[in-house]
Parts: sequence; structure tokens; C-alpha cells
Amino acid sequence: MIKSELVQIVAARNPHLYHRDVENIVNAVLDEITDALAAGNRVELRGFGAFSVKNRPSRSGRNPRTGDSVFVEEKWVPFFKTGKELRERLNPGQPDLGDSD
Amino acid sequence: MAGKTVTRADLAESVFRKVGLSRTESAELVETVLDEICAAIVRGETVKLSSFATFQVRDKNERIGRNPKTGEEVPISPRRVMTFKASNVLKQRILKAHAQRKAKLKPQNPAS
Repeated sequence: MIKSELVQIVAARNPHLYHRDVENIVNAVLDEITDALAAGNRVELRGFGAFSVKNRPSRSGRNPRTGDSVFVEEKWVPFFKTGKELRERLNPGQPDLGDSD
Repeated sequence: MAGKTVTRADLAESVFRKVGLSRTESAELVETVLDEICAAIVRGETVKLSSFATFQVRDKNERIGRNPKTGEEVPISPRRVMTFKASNVLKQRILKAHAQRKAKLKPQNPAS
């Protein structure tokens, strides 16, 4: 499923809305999550999962081709943890082991 | 700055401000959007939201795990897990925002 298909499905369930409104709704949701992560906040959506930003401290890495030591800057990377309900829906009837992947 | 947790209510508020539906309907639509994303994932579909992220379902084979407390070996049954891959746009946004914040905290050339 791509974004335009998501818009189509949501639009079909809400025939009273303009297609463009549904597009704006989907974008508002994704933009709000993006803005929150850029601000260093967490986004917690029960039943779906939680988005957060993880810090990767600077380190000295190596150029695998030459073997040279290179300094790698500190980084912040987006991270997602699948919610319990979604994990259970993906594996119906199985014991949930908590964190997986 | 950091430390706030954004929830469904904040997403609904954003839809309310940007699209101009009622608060109730905004909340319902946020729910529908999340529901449909979840439903597609559960069906095993890859969900690709351009300039945001890709959610993909992967099948894991059975493997042997270990109870970290007792050291006991236990089989982990085959299962489906979801993977999240952030788009480059999202990653760059986050990196830039943090770099800017850091630059503000300790200016390179303190004005005299």
C-alpha cells in the first residue's frame, strides 16, 4: 500500500469529504509525527506503536576499503517499536514475547 | 524541547487546525488512517508512505532463544514481525533539527 492508496481507502470510507481533504488529513498525521521527532519528542500510538529518536554517539569507524580510521559524527536516528496489539494481530494465538525483531 | 509525548489527541488537534473538520471528526479520521495502516500491515502488505517511512512484515523462522535470567534454552516459534524503515527525508529532517539545536546551545563564535 502506498500513500495514494491509503488516501483512496480513507476517502472511500468518508464519501462526504473531498479527496483533497483526505490527502491533507493523511499528510497532517505524518507531518505531526515528523515534527515531533524533529523536536526530539516521542510519539506513542496505542495499538500501533511508538516512534522515538535514538542517539548514536560519535565513534571512530573505519573505511572498509582502505582500513583508514575515520571519525563518525554523533547521530540521531528515528526508531519505531511495534505496539503489543499489532504484534498480537500479526501472530494470532501465539504467546507474545514482548520485544522482538 | 525534548521529553514531550505526542499522542492521538495531538494528531487529531493537528488535523483539526489544518483541515478544518470538527474536533470529533478529526479524531475519527486519525483513527481511520491508523486503522487502515495497521490493517494493511496485518494483511502482510508493505506500507510505503513516501517521505515518511516504509513498514514491512517479515517472517521469522523458529530459532533457539535463551531465558536471560535462567540461561535456559527455549524455542522461539516462527512469527511475523514488522520492520520500520525511515525514509531519507525523515532521517535528514531529524539530523538537521538536532544539529541546529546543538549549534544554538554552544555558538561557534561567541559575540563579544
